[in-house]
Amino acid sequence: MAIEVKIPTILRTYTAGEKAVSAEGKTLSALIDDLEANHSGIKERLIDNGDLRRFVNVYINDEDVRFIGGLDAELKDGDQVVVLPAVAGGC
Amino acid sequence: MLTIDQATYDAIVAHAKRDHPDEACGIVAGPEGSDRPERFIEMINAAGSPTFYEFDSTDLLQLYKEMDANDEEPVVVYHSHTATEAYPSRTDIGLAMEPNAHYVLVSTRDCFTDGGNDDGPVEFRSFRIVDGNVTEEEISIVPTLS
Repeated sequence: MAIEVKIPTILRTYTAGEKAVSAEGKTLSALIDDLEANHSGIKERLIDNGDLRRFVNVYINDEDVRFIGGLDAELKDGDQVVVLPAVAGGC
Repeated sequence: MLTIDQATYDAIVAHAKRDHPDEACGIVAGPEGSDRPERFIEMINAAGSPTFYEFDSTDLLQLYKEMDANDEEPVVVYHSHTATEAYPSRTDIGLAMEPNAHYVLVSTRDCFTDGGNDDGPVEFRSFRIVDGNVTEEEISIVPTLS
């Protein structure tokens, strides 16, 4: 079971510069654990206190995971996951 | 240094004025590694707020897919401050996630004068924000990118 995960520029320090890596997992949570096993340190950039960080967006097949179960969102072979940090700020 | 053409500069300022008193935001994309801000893309501030901006998450994905397909990257990420100076706030710094981008800040706080005119001065400044460190840079406005 392989799922392609697109990695944003800011997190490519964890993937040796790779724009996309392959990972496995039946849920987003399991997928992130698998990413962490191969790219140590990346999980902490995605998850805080057991939940997805507020300003990190994760999409499964173009759906924002916040609307499809968050970390419990289910994955299947061939799915595509995209990680994008929010573009946000405030005065 | 940020080198930007007059038309793109004007478009950013016009967007900031139009959305005042809410914060305006957007990017200027360019070929990866070129440092050329070529394609101006206005974004909707999903927060619709005078003190915060955030790209809508669906728009964000669409934008990055488009840039990916074009081998582009965000060369400029801009937003406006409508009541404070054009300098990155603590929130701006904490959330700056594009180490290669020029972060452009526009302040419209002084550009609206009594009587509804919007031709007061606009502050337009550019910064690098990497690992929480802010460095202001010079801006060169050129008629067209050479």
